[in-house]
Amino acid sequence: MADASYPDDLKYHPEHDWARIEGDVATFGITWYAQDQLGEVVFVDPPEVGKTISKDEPYAEIESVKAVSDVVAPLSGEIVEVNEALGDSPESINEDPYGTGWLVKVRLTEPSEVDELLDREAYEGNLT
Amino acid sequence: MAAGAETLKRTPLYDRHVAAGARLVPFAGWEMPVQYTGIREEHVAVRTGVGVFDVSHMGEVETTGPDAEAFLQRVLSNDVSRIARDGAQYSVMCRENGGVIDDLFTYRHGDGFLTVTNAANHERDLLWMRRQARGYDVTVHDRLHEYAMIAVQGPEARGLVAGLADGELPKRFRTARLSIAGAPGTLVCGTGYTGEDGVELLIAPGYAVTIWDALVEAGATPAGLGARDTLRLEVCFHLYGNDLTEDRGPIEAGLGWCCKEETGFIGSEAVRAARDEGTDEKLVPFVLTGPGIARQGNPVVGGGEVTSGTLSPCLGIGIGMAYVPAGKAEPGTPIEIDVRGKARSAEVRDKPLYSKEN
Repeated sequence: MADASYPDDLKYHPEHDWARIEGDVATFGITWYAQDQLGEVVFVDPPEVGKTISKDEPYAEIESVKAVSDVVAPLSGEIVEVNEALGDSPESINEDPYGTGWLVKVRLTEPSEVDELLDREAYEGNLT
Repeated sequence: MAAGAETLKRTPLYDRHVAAGARLVPFAGWEMPVQYTGIREEHVAVRTGVGVFDVSHMGEVETTGPDAEAFLQRVLSNDVSRIARDGAQYSVMCRENGGVIDDLFTYRHGDGFLTVTNAANHERDLLWMRRQARGYDVTVHDRLHEYAMIAVQGPEARGLVAGLADGELPKRFRTARLSIAGAPGTLVCGTGYTGEDGVELLIAPGYAVTIWDALVEAGATPAGLGARDTLRLEVCFHLYGNDLTEDRGPIEAGLGWCCKEETGFIGSEAVRAARDEGTDEKLVPFVLTGPGIARQGNPVVGGGEVTSGTLSPCLGIGIGMAYVPAGKAEPGTPIEIDVRGKARSAEVRDKPLYSKEN
């Protein structure tokens, strides 16, 4: 498993999600802390492309051996792509939570919500 | 996590778990390691090598006195008279209506009997046993604090423990008092909860660290309660609180084999009636035939409920146990499980769900 890290170029939601914002599309995933708390991820139940999701609301489920956890949307939008590779290798979420472990790409409907997210420093501060 | 951390009990091995980087969680009033390196890794270590579990949260009750056997025959469902000297036996303890109070292993032990209780039930079991003891010439002793308990499980478990013992290990369902890693008087039991060969050690608490260190030094992988749960579920051993409760009887739970109604145990009439007349529901093992993992509490479509569910590390699919209507209990019957609003396809199977021969 990778060491704890929180990249500078991401925005963070206090419920341990990250968003990489590129224009009006953002990639979502869960943070190193979230995957560490969860333990080995064994199954991901992704939402469908085209579905509308709302900031602070659950949009996917991630299961470890022991438990199931909701994943909360850091921003609102419409899902334009789902990381299908997680079907075969859900452990990517543990191994590379900011890379191959991404969950969905979303076309943002409320771009101003980005201002409510945390930067790395603020998110990491919340963890301690 | 209702109980404050300061109220949780710790086993003599607590410092070892912290030093090993275990994730500690509240469990039945104890602060216990749920995993060290990862549930799957620990699970596989037990299936292929040897794992060591701290199960000191399990309780012990010793019953002594001239009527000890007659008394236990009354409170336990199995035929206690058939426990050999240095033998072990599994049974359930029932209320008059047949509801299961606990499932337990009992060891004949010198002049008395030692019964191992589930941590969450220990106080209630003691209370029940002491209440039923009126009229018998017995003493029911709480031995919770007199024993630490370590389970050593896996195909290499016996060889590893034998190397630390001063005598021959007991066979399956037998016990022996041996010195283990220099700790005298350790009660070695040929029992376990993983479906693998191995032993469980009942140890004077002051020796727990010595034995733990010797086992780990000799190559045993520390394994937590997470792996203990996935291991037991693959071989369909019941977990009290999940698959067994006071609202369920032993017949519907598939534990008729450890009930000997002719002994007249408390609840035997209800158990006999359930055996003769059948039960509305039965506990069955199942596998998911598609994606997903069913969990405790998920409804079975058409009636019934999942009582244990996880991803099987050995099979790579969702597995579990569920109470289903008796008409759906035949192995091979397709069922659907409502997993948080999604109907997931599953199939009733025979037990065990995993065996070496698969």
